[in-house]
Amino acid sequence: MKKKLLGTLVCIAMVSSMLVGCGSTAATEAPATEAPATEEAAPTADAATEAATEEAAAPAADGELIKVGIINNDPNESGYRTANDKDMKNMFTEENGYEASFAYSLKNDEQITAAQKFIQDGVDYLLLSAADTAGWDSVLQDAADAGVRVILFDRTIDADESLYEASIVSDMAKEGETAVEWLKSQGLDEYNVIHIQGVMGSAAQKGRSGALDAAGFNIVTQQTAEWNAEKAQQIVQSVIDSGESFNVIYAENDDMAKGAVAALDKANISHGVGKDVIVMGFDCNKWALEELLAQNWNYDGQCNPFQASYIDSIIKDIQRGKAMTEKTIIMDEKGFDATTITQEDVDNYGI
Amino acid sequence: MQTKKANKLTVSELFGKLLSQQIFIPIAALLLLAIFNLIADPSFYKITYGINSAGAPVLSGYLMTILDYGSELAILAVGMTLVTAASGGQDISVGATIAIAGSVILRVLCGTNSRPDTLQAPIIVAFLVACVVAMIFGAFNGVLVAYFKIQPMVATLILFTAGRSIAAWINNNELPIISDPVFSYFGGFIPGIPIPTPFFIAAAVVAVAALALKFTNLGLYTQAVGINESSSRLNGLNPAFIKFLSFVILGLCVAVAALIKVSRLSSINYSVIAKDIEMDAILAVALGGNALSGGKFNLTASIMGAYVIQFLTTTLYKFNVQSDALPAYKAVVVIFLVVISSSVVRDYLRNIGSKISKKGVA
Amino acid sequence: MKDKAVLEMKNIHKNFPGVRALQGVDFTLCEGEIHALMGENGAGKSTLIKVLTGVYGKDEGQIFIKGREDEILIKSPEEAQKAGISTVYQEITLCLNLTVAENMFIGRENNVYQNWEKMNTDTTKILKSLDIQAEATQELGSCSIAVQQMVAIARAVDMECKVLILDEPTSSLDEQEVEKLFKLMRDLRAKGVGIIFVTHFLDQVYEVCDKITVLRDGKLVGEYEINDLPRVKLVSKMLGKDLDEKTEESKKYRIYEKKSGAVPVIETEGLYSNGGIKPFDFNIYKGEVNGFTGLLGSGRSECVRAIFGADGILGGTMKKNGKTVKITKPIDAMKNGIGYLPEDRKVDGIIGDLSVRDNIIFALQVLRGFFKPFTKAEANKFADEYIKLLGIKTASANTPIKSLSGGNQQKCILARWLLTNPEYLILDEPTRGIDIGTKTEIQKLVLKLAGEGMSITFISSEIDEMLGTCSRLVVMRDRKVVGELSGEELSQSMIMSTIAGGEK
Repeated sequence: MKKKLLGTLVCIAMVSSMLVGCGSTAATEAPATEAPATEEAAPTADAATEAATEEAAAPAADGELIKVGIINNDPNESGYRTANDKDMKNMFTEENGYEASFAYSLKNDEQITAAQKFIQDGVDYLLLSAADTAGWDSVLQDAADAGVRVILFDRTIDADESLYEASIVSDMAKEGETAVEWLKSQGLDEYNVIHIQGVMGSAAQKGRSGALDAAGFNIVTQQTAEWNAEKAQQIVQSVIDSGESFNVIYAENDDMAKGAVAALDKANISHGVGKDVIVMGFDCNKWALEELLAQNWNYDGQCNPFQASYIDSIIKDIQRGKAMTEKTIIMDEKGFDATTITQEDVDNYGI
Repeated sequence: MQTKKANKLTVSELFGKLLSQQIFIPIAALLLLAIFNLIADPSFYKITYGINSAGAPVLSGYLMTILDYGSELAILAVGMTLVTAASGGQDISVGATIAIAGSVILRVLCGTNSRPDTLQAPIIVAFLVACVVAMIFGAFNGVLVAYFKIQPMVATLILFTAGRSIAAWINNNELPIISDPVFSYFGGFIPGIPIPTPFFIAAAVVAVAALALKFTNLGLYTQAVGINESSSRLNGLNPAFIKFLSFVILGLCVAVAALIKVSRLSSINYSVIAKDIEMDAILAVALGGNALSGGKFNLTASIMGAYVIQFLTTTLYKFNVQSDALPAYKAVVVIFLVVISSSVVRDYLRNIGSKISKKGVA
Repeated sequence: MKDKAVLEMKNIHKNFPGVRALQGVDFTLCEGEIHALMGENGAGKSTLIKVLTGVYGKDEGQIFIKGREDEILIKSPEEAQKAGISTVYQEITLCLNLTVAENMFIGRENNVYQNWEKMNTDTTKILKSLDIQAEATQELGSCSIAVQQMVAIARAVDMECKVLILDEPTSSLDEQEVEKLFKLMRDLRAKGVGIIFVTHFLDQVYEVCDKITVLRDGKLVGEYEINDLPRVKLVSKMLGKDLDEKTEESKKYRIYEKKSGAVPVIETEGLYSNGGIKPFDFNIYKGEVNGFTGLLGSGRSECVRAIFGADGILGGTMKKNGKTVKITKPIDAMKNGIGYLPEDRKVDGIIGDLSVRDNIIFALQVLRGFFKPFTKAEANKFADEYIKLLGIKTASANTPIKSLSGGNQQKCILARWLLTNPEYLILDEPTRGIDIGTKTEIQKLVLKLAGEGMSITFISSEIDEMLGTCSRLVVMRDRKVVGELSGEELSQSMIMSTIAGGEK
């Protein structure tokens, strides 16, 4: 009896969480003004995509919808992911000629299960942002056998290139290099850096940490805050309490930079343009760019979440039978300096 | 330990009944950590006086950091202790419900615009709404545990799983940011007061809890239900309601902790806010020497336990232990303390102690 | 060893700290017989069975099993099973989510390479031979409790048991199911199995058993052929009152004079609860002491629990001082001035980890309300007052109640209810498991309180105690009220014959 009851309750809980999921979808899609806003942002990100977006606006010629299964990370994970998910949802609509199904998980095994389900459902394209790089070979082989084409976005995987059509990624190492180059160009007398890392082993962490490690600055402390602002705040707090001096905070995402700044504010350590501590973040959250505009932070590296238009153009090419020239497509990404950023940049690139 | 036993008489004469056996565990743990830090680096105890960016005087140093960051945990430990005592189980959804309550606070403050220039509602209103919401979610857990008789860990697993999604949904999955500096007082400093506000909030919660225990029968009823439900019922109590009540009270504690959490950053990240705090809160209760199977409890000991955990965390940060390795260190300390406080070991030590004192007499 | 005996236990002794549970008990079971093991609480039945099944080790004595020359040593339930001794308990100890066949064979030798088909056909064969209405592939949980019990028996029988112990197997069965169980027992008897049958139901003993062994206070009273032992004698043996002793008919009994026109303090009509009792009528007047009597399991505790609202009330009415009151839970009863000292002190009475003080003030504190806690001074005053009044031996009021002796714990619970100053106090076995001195004190206290106008219902397994305190006795058998005795009827012989069912 108890067991049955428990089962029912778990079901209710699952249904309710699904309802919540639906609710958020409805909420993000409902305001008609939001969709153009992102589309505005996408074309400016890359001139080449402009054409693609226009094409996408027209329904598929043969009138049949292209079935896509999209496997993404949990949109609640970060602002980046939220923007990414919103971008995908705005692109893969019936008006644009797509029938899209979405699956979200931060766990690799759940993602693989979702992929298998999509393959069984007979989708035409599987769009994948993998939680983990390993373990995808067999399921992608299944996809190939079933004639499902796979396009990777945002995250690469350790699998044979022949198993997917294309991979649209950010070059995290390049993001890091851009940032470190910028830091070097500041010409400080000495560099004492607090390095706040993301979840260890993630692509973003590896790329962004790699560049800084290679630069040879004096690292005051190097700690992972696991993308968590609260942890970043404690890490910086600990350095402040220890009395060690530092003049750069290199945080591998905006959330952690924010946490670090909260600790600085508490201890009356000035930060920003022309102040004691240089603050660097990544991902170009809108609120972070606003901090740049206000000169509270110094630098923010972009990690472009708008892959939907790239994917759309690839699908269109494949449908037309056009061959792919390059499997890995690296998106254009910028780094913003507080001294040069404009309101326009904030509006266009903020996520 | 042995010297403690040998001195027992004089110690108990000196401190009277103040140091009961139970509270000895967190105090011992605290002393151990304190001595370790004193030997390793006495500058750990340095407190400096300065002026913060808002021009207000502040005290800073590792000790202040412990008082500051241990607050949420201490607040949660209050509620978790009651839940543990009454239901003999733990609520593992507090992290997720903090996300919900925090999200509600920001939602009320921001209205529909996620980055308002001015607050859309007074902070007190937002906080009260969050209290109500958190208590409703606490009540949900309470109903499952008390009336449907589901294991507390299983019952709260539901919100543990769904809570952060609900939190995101409350704010349309947007990331609201409060620019009003007043809002940051709750997780920072009130101008002119050099001690971090969270400490005062925690102190207020503890004071309210202490008053509630003094001026109501909450403590007696909760313990009675936890020790012997059948007997409590036959003495006119409604054990189900007492359990339910403990979850609602924990809901209130969650709302207060959520206020501090969102105030610290004036923002929220649904998936990581108060992450794993439920484990720390349960740990605080365990470190306080309270039986996780319910029954008698000691609130002071739980709160001490909370600060011991923060003391440990801060110590580990100071020694630059990789923060993703923190849980492993915590686990080691916990194993040590829990084993020490287990009745088996205690009886063993007591036997040794009495043998030694006998020999002394002979 | 006798020829037909399958089991012989000789001079068994077993001591627990402070209790001599078995003192030189002999027990013989022959093949093809159903042998009732009878005795009241604390008589040693369950200890004897636990010694036999290896749960406890014996301190002294020997056990012989047919087919083995030497005395055998049983150190664990597993060894007992190997020796051919199987037990079926009141609580089903099988796995409800496995099939009947799986339950029959689980945990037996060679089950690693289980042949499912063979297992099912074997099971079907066994079930058929014992005439048990179940399918081998059926999930056990979907069978009725009676069938589950029979499957448990079948499993035991199939494991070639020579001795089958049935411990209260009929408590949760209805009459038809009991009939089926008895049929199975008779079949097994015909097959030569020796069955030890433990039950509280006298009727069932006389229906199915061949022999009766009676234990009392850890000692053997005797072994009897069923035909040589009329019910009344059985009851007297169990209770330890020999009917042949004419001396006990001393004509001393208590009389309660009720005032003319007096209204009962408490009166019930057709009250019954989910405790499994038949509807009963009951009343008690101001200053009266009455009691429920009957053998263990006869339903006397369930009656008072129903009055106090401790079990779920299913029907009937209750009046207090002539006015109808609705009592569905203990707090209602408490508000109506009823106090209840429960039968099981450990489970329902004490709140072990709390102090003596908190335990004493508990009921009054609950009555006073959530927002009105006593101050420490008040609580201490109450506690000290009653510790002194009842002579509770405790280091201090702060001592956890669980570290007190049984008698002193009971006094604390008594103090708890006296503190609420009830109009009507129910004392269910207040003297069980406590020292003789305290017993007498409690009886005296009961009479004193009644003299002050309190109405008291007193329940005890010891008839002497009941006669010494009660002026009226409600007699129960097999969960229903079968008589009410007062005045001259209050004698041992009358009580026992009423309990036994009217025969003399």
